[in-house]
Amino acid sequence: MATHEHDHDHDHDHGSELSEMQLRVRALETILTEKGYVDPAALDAIVETYETKIGPRNGARVVAKAWADPAFKKALLDDASKAIGTLGRVGDHLIAVENTPERHNIVVCTLCSCYPWEMLGLPPVWYKAAPYRSRAVKDPRGVLADFGVTLPKETEVRVWDSTAETRFLVLPMRPTGTEGWSEEQLAAIVTRDSMIGTGLPKVLS
Amino acid sequence: MNGVHDMGGMDGFGKVEVEANEPTFHHSWEGRVMAMVRAMGANGGLNIDMQRFSRESIPPAVYLSSSYYKKWFLGLTSTLLDRKLVGADEFAAGHSLHKSAPLPRGTFGVKDVERIKTRGSFQRDVANPPAFKPGDKVRMKNINPPTHTRLPRYVRGHVGTIERINGSHVFPDSFAHGHGENPQWLYTVVFSAAELWGADADPTVKVSVDAFEPYLDRA
Repeated sequence: MATHEHDHDHDHDHGSELSEMQLRVRALETILTEKGYVDPAALDAIVETYETKIGPRNGARVVAKAWADPAFKKALLDDASKAIGTLGRVGDHLIAVENTPERHNIVVCTLCSCYPWEMLGLPPVWYKAAPYRSRAVKDPRGVLADFGVTLPKETEVRVWDSTAETRFLVLPMRPTGTEGWSEEQLAAIVTRDSMIGTGLPKVLS
Repeated sequence: MNGVHDMGGMDGFGKVEVEANEPTFHHSWEGRVMAMVRAMGANGGLNIDMQRFSRESIPPAVYLSSSYYKKWFLGLTSTLLDRKLVGADEFAAGHSLHKSAPLPRGTFGVKDVERIKTRGSFQRDVANPPAFKPGDKVRMKNINPPTHTRLPRYVRGHVGTIERINGSHVFPDSFAHGHGENPQWLYTVVFSAAELWGADADPTVKVSVDAFEPYLDRA
């Protein structure tokens, strides 16, 4: 699998896939605009939304609230869409799965790239790429090792393959030493990967 | 379809490589592709399952060597052609040459952006009650349609346990091909790793898929 290009976005690249793609995408946007299917200003707004407004902070706020408020946690695990809907708009079919000392959850989409966009923003490249999609269901402990995560040998590892329009948010375990913290303080230690199940909340120093 | 997209359980792709401080988009065109895909879905031109099938239909060697948003671009282009929303001559010219196809919800404009920040619902009521309940043992059907399906190969023929009923949802196998929503009950089905991968699999691992009722037989 080709690794992702890291070069910057220059209009003057020559002969690369990048410049070819820029031209092809620009042409497609021109066609769709001329045909009246899309307004380019609306495309700008979509891009801006995912660059600046929707990201893992959304999910971290939910996790922090669940850690701080037992009634909200119960409601979240019972029906995540409904519980999060009390905080703001969220779509249907969201399922929160709780990590415990007995069970660790990890989320994948082996068929494409299904991911809880509203909670975590757009997925990172690794989530959408072959190594993760192929191995997460067969060797989840090996995948976790790639992330530097080692679980106790006896812990159940539960892999959720997102094969329909249900979406999964992992509720990680609240670290010890965070007693009495505000939801804002708690949200700051909730990482994106801890809500996918490939990481843990930030270690307290 | 039994495409290369159906990756669960394949070997040889190597370690997961995480990019530190990854940007939302690596090139500005990626954001435009994402936005066009969302907009052409929201205006009713293309549905999500058509778009998924178009990406699955990318030739395997191209699929494996293309970046994620390049696959989205290739899939979007082929779906627009298939659905006769853009003509091959228009792609060649880089401009609109013909009258536009009418879209169910018209031009996707700035006023529509707020709406797509919230996911649409795929729940649809059905007349029949669910055939299975939590705790039931089910065998995943051995089906190999050349068309779109959300039943991954690695669970076909295997026995799992119904864990949750997730409502009745639009059936992708129909919806991807313009055969209507055909809603079906959707279940979370959980398997032991040994059932999927053999007796020497890690006994602490369990894997679930969300599976539509037509994929299931009572075991």
